[in-house]
Amino acid sequence: MTMRRVAIIGVGATEFGELWDSSFRDIGITAGLAAVADANITADQIDALYVGNMSAGRFIEQEHIGALIADYAGLARDHVAATRVEAAGASGGLALRQGFLAVASGLHDIVVVGGAEKMLDVSDVESSIIQSAALDQEWETVLGATFPALHALIARRHMHEYGTTREQLADVAVKNHKHGSLNPKAQFRREITRETVMGSPMVSSPLRMFDCAPSSDGAAAVVLCPLESAKKFTEIPIEIIGSGQASDTLSLHHRKDICTMEATRMAAKRAFAMANMTHKDVDIAEVHDNFTISEILAIEDLGFFRKGEGGKATEAGLTGLGGEIAVNTSGGLKARGDPIGATGLAQAVEIVTQLRGKAEKRQVKDANVGLAHNVGGTGATALVHLFRRG
Amino acid sequence: MKVGIVSYGAYVPRYRITPEEIGKVWGVDGKAMSKALMINCKSVPSPDEDTITISVEAARNMMRRCDVSPGDIGALYVGSESHPYAVKPTGTIVAEAIEAAPNLTVADYEFACKAGTAAIQTCMGLVGSGMIKYGVAIGADTSQGAPGDALEFSASAGGAAFLIGSEKIIATIDKTCSYTTDTPDFWRREGEMYPRHGGRFTGEPAYFKHIMSAAKQMMTCMNTTAKDYTYAVFHQPNGKFPSRVAKQLGFADPQVLPGLLAPTIGNTYSGSVPLGLSAILDESKPGDRIFAVAYGSGAGSDAFDITVTDEMAHYQRGKAPTVKELNSNLKFLDYATYAKFRGKILLGGE
Amino acid sequence: MATAPRFWRENPSRYNLVGFKCNSCGKTYFPPRAICPVCHRKSVGKIEVVKLRGTGKIFSLTEVHEGLEELTLQKPYVLAMVEMDEGPKITGQVIDCDACDLQIGTPVRATMRKLSEEGSSGVIHYGYKFAPVRERPEKAE
Repeated sequence: MTMRRVAIIGVGATEFGELWDSSFRDIGITAGLAAVADANITADQIDALYVGNMSAGRFIEQEHIGALIADYAGLARDHVAATRVEAAGASGGLALRQGFLAVASGLHDIVVVGGAEKMLDVSDVESSIIQSAALDQEWETVLGATFPALHALIARRHMHEYGTTREQLADVAVKNHKHGSLNPKAQFRREITRETVMGSPMVSSPLRMFDCAPSSDGAAAVVLCPLESAKKFTEIPIEIIGSGQASDTLSLHHRKDICTMEATRMAAKRAFAMANMTHKDVDIAEVHDNFTISEILAIEDLGFFRKGEGGKATEAGLTGLGGEIAVNTSGGLKARGDPIGATGLAQAVEIVTQLRGKAEKRQVKDANVGLAHNVGGTGATALVHLFRRG
Repeated sequence: MKVGIVSYGAYVPRYRITPEEIGKVWGVDGKAMSKALMINCKSVPSPDEDTITISVEAARNMMRRCDVSPGDIGALYVGSESHPYAVKPTGTIVAEAIEAAPNLTVADYEFACKAGTAAIQTCMGLVGSGMIKYGVAIGADTSQGAPGDALEFSASAGGAAFLIGSEKIIATIDKTCSYTTDTPDFWRREGEMYPRHGGRFTGEPAYFKHIMSAAKQMMTCMNTTAKDYTYAVFHQPNGKFPSRVAKQLGFADPQVLPGLLAPTIGNTYSGSVPLGLSAILDESKPGDRIFAVAYGSGAGSDAFDITVTDEMAHYQRGKAPTVKELNSNLKFLDYATYAKFRGKILLGGE
Repeated sequence: MATAPRFWRENPSRYNLVGFKCNSCGKTYFPPRAICPVCHRKSVGKIEVVKLRGTGKIFSLTEVHEGLEELTLQKPYVLAMVEMDEGPKITGQVIDCDACDLQIGTPVRATMRKLSEEGSSGVIHYGYKFAPVRERPEKAE
């Protein structure tokens, strides 16, 4: 494949959490400006803009997001090409891939990719309804399924088939909150215990409140440019060495095996093939832990642990800072927060920060290759990106 | 031609509540009420059940027991006083649910507690005249009594469906006759949630007068007395009224008890005689003769003289639950849960 | 919230579990589709409408405490993935039971219940929910 090599030359993000004073435009622009400043570029150098966003149309009654962000970023006058990308929870990761493809193909040089979601302006009930649009409306939601309930079905089955325990699920949240406590931009920065998780209100058995990522407001952005010119803008360009995307059945009940996200496995396979690497080469991973069970599936399906061993590996500390593979050092969706469209970019921002050696208290030693894993729905879309210090 | 029941099916929700539990909340001696009404508990529908779902379940049970092709059903009538819609028939949804649609006629009936038996009479006419091959008549209800009112102790939920035809009849309906007058003993105005009633006026001039009149008319016409029947079933708003009218007509306990469901199910309104008849058919044998008289406030009584045929010996009754089975595996509720289920609690903001 | 025409369109499948059989590969699927996901265009003209019997076994289940608003009166409710006898898996609620009585493998049967309504003056939506298959008592009380 004759594609140009692509690098990330700048990153930026807002805090994630309850951002009552900030509008959707505010958070989108804040993250974008930070990334652009970090990349040392000017507006007239931006060729294209990609925005990952799941559902601004229902959260804030605003569609046409590409044009909105381009306008408020001051890029409308330059008539920059602006595209909104949607794939439910994987909107950010997919936007990153679209930006990557635009630069790799040679069509564009400098591309800004951002993701933003403003979830808290609507009630919790409304928010839950909006998020369930990622499921199969006619054959899951209408019959009584919710996003957490379907993940609970996965958890129950995983426990049945592999003996994964309630405690092991809790350990995912405990670890991620520990990491979050080391991340100044995380939504939740306090450590928790197993008891916190297992004593929290039941959402859908066996998943409790602390097994579920929060709703959040937030935005994150990266600036891409061809690797060959990256050093003009930054001392440590981070190359995107692999990008993989895959789909699977929309509804969970149509999957071959509900305890495996085939989309994750295929996306990873494709990304590793592009990078000519395997999971053994990865030092640090940001995976899609919208539920504790999701992280267990992710670390299995990405190849870090055998199917069924994800719970045990987490319990043994193999995925913490200093473990075999540092997973979700940012705090993950669970503690860093999950503004849906922003998550895929926030993962990239964390990996870049780590690979640059700028992660301070949560720095992974000698981090050289990183992986970001972003999922839509209950696994109908998956994006995997690989990054390497340039 | 001979017309009769080709198949039948019943359904009663599994939740129950006792008069004691209801009485506790309203400062009424529930135990005494229970004794006075001869009701030990009444059935309560789940929040996701209504007259439509009950009718569907009863009709599907009815279809499970026979080999009739649903496409041969030419008419379907559902009688109830708690149709979910005031306008949009229960019957069309039931027809779709048993795959009898679209080549049939459908309508909903209302005549207080005898709407289901009115449906049976209509189907008898359509079949007997050769207009249709099979007709379905359903009596089902999820009626409500106003909180604290006497009716709250008995108003319950359930229903039964009958497939009326002229072939492979398991029980012939040899005669039906009715007695109908304008008697305002019990009514519900359009838009009102709960019915109202005339207290003692609902007894002698209403229930007893109409049932006795229809019953006597039937016995005169058929030249029979109580001794000629194996079973008897009457409309049962409680356990007391049907027991009294049965005694007045000369029926003995062994004839009446199998169809007396009010003590364990309460008053299923349009489902009352249909369910009682189902319970009798659950145990009847070829040659048994059944005397059935329904009563609907407003007011009217439909009487039926039914004889079980030899075909009953081949009937696949086991393919659907009997009334006794539907009256097992129960879950008893407290008043709060019952009130929540029955929509008696005002929910916030809509 | 489903609107009347969108809901009505799926009534055959929601009331009577109408799915399809691909006569190219012989597999049964639910809900109906234009083409078989395995045989693709080879299945055109070979799709046969079939009605599932309604019986199956629980494949996974959960007790939903924070669920759909339309199910407020039934909170918590049981949601399950049911593996139907013919092969396809279906997502639906399990009713007429307590969650503690159910396990992976419990046999269930489809019944019709209210799924939701478009407000107190709107259309009521009906569809399948599952009930545990009860052993028939030999000697009924």
